[in-house]
Amino acid sequence: MHRAIELKFTLVIYAAPYSGQAAKTAYNFAAKVLANGHEISRLFFFNDGVHNANRLAVTPQDESNLRESWDVLIKEHGLEAVVCVSSALKRAVIDASEAKRYELADSSLSEHFRIGGLGELIDACTTSDRLVNFG
Amino acid sequence: MNAPLNKKIYTFISRQSPYGNSNARSCLDMVLACAVFDQTVNYVFLGDGVCQLLAKQCGDKIEFKTFSSALEALALYGVNNIYVEQESLDKLSIKLTDLAIPAKQINKLALAELIDESDLVFTL
Repeated sequence: MHRAIELKFTLVIYAAPYSGQAAKTAYNFAAKVLANGHEISRLFFFNDGVHNANRLAVTPQDESNLRESWDVLIKEHGLEAVVCVSSALKRAVIDASEAKRYELADSSLSEHFRIGGLGELIDACTTSDRLVNFG
Repeated sequence: MNAPLNKKIYTFISRQSPYGNSNARSCLDMVLACAVFDQTVNYVFLGDGVCQLLAKQCGDKIEFKTFSSALEALALYGVNNIYVEQESLDKLSIKLTDLAIPAKQINKLALAELIDESDLVFTL
């Protein structure tokens, strides 16, 4: 295989899973980037993209669950997956501490993601070679 | 966040109308976050995105925050490189005097150059 230069990527995912192809394409791209020996500085989920991190989403048995796929990829490669706080809270993507703060019955954020701010996107961009937007 | 960051040129291209979906607001949020980190920011309004700049918006009538009022924060954040694409203005019969904040007209060729000079480009 032709050996290319190793690059650092930041991926921004704006799209919800299942409504369109963009979120799945982001996942496929991320997996391929890593398989080809590149690095991912940060996955940043913004807007409807935060739905990718909702562990309470259930898919039929014969359909793939994108959140589970993300979980595996993030865990395997020790990736940093950040969901934007302002996008997440209003879309019911809530971690344990936010659930407590707003006195909600349960949290919904997958344990492999964390809530963060837009500053973390800019921070990742400053140290990346490539930014790729999905959605 | 005290760590020194590399300074890069960020170009944000906002191309959707202000209230139809959340993209306009999200783009503005990213621009402001970027400005906080002391990066070089270009903010471009293209296609239906130019409608975001219109003065005399009344978001409260549809229970939304008025988008053009939010744009006034740009000056406070030191975002001065605001561009509006010429052909898009013409297509929608919008004049520069109809805009809520000052924006520089840019044609498609100059926009291509701006993108070329940028380290990062966000489109939404």
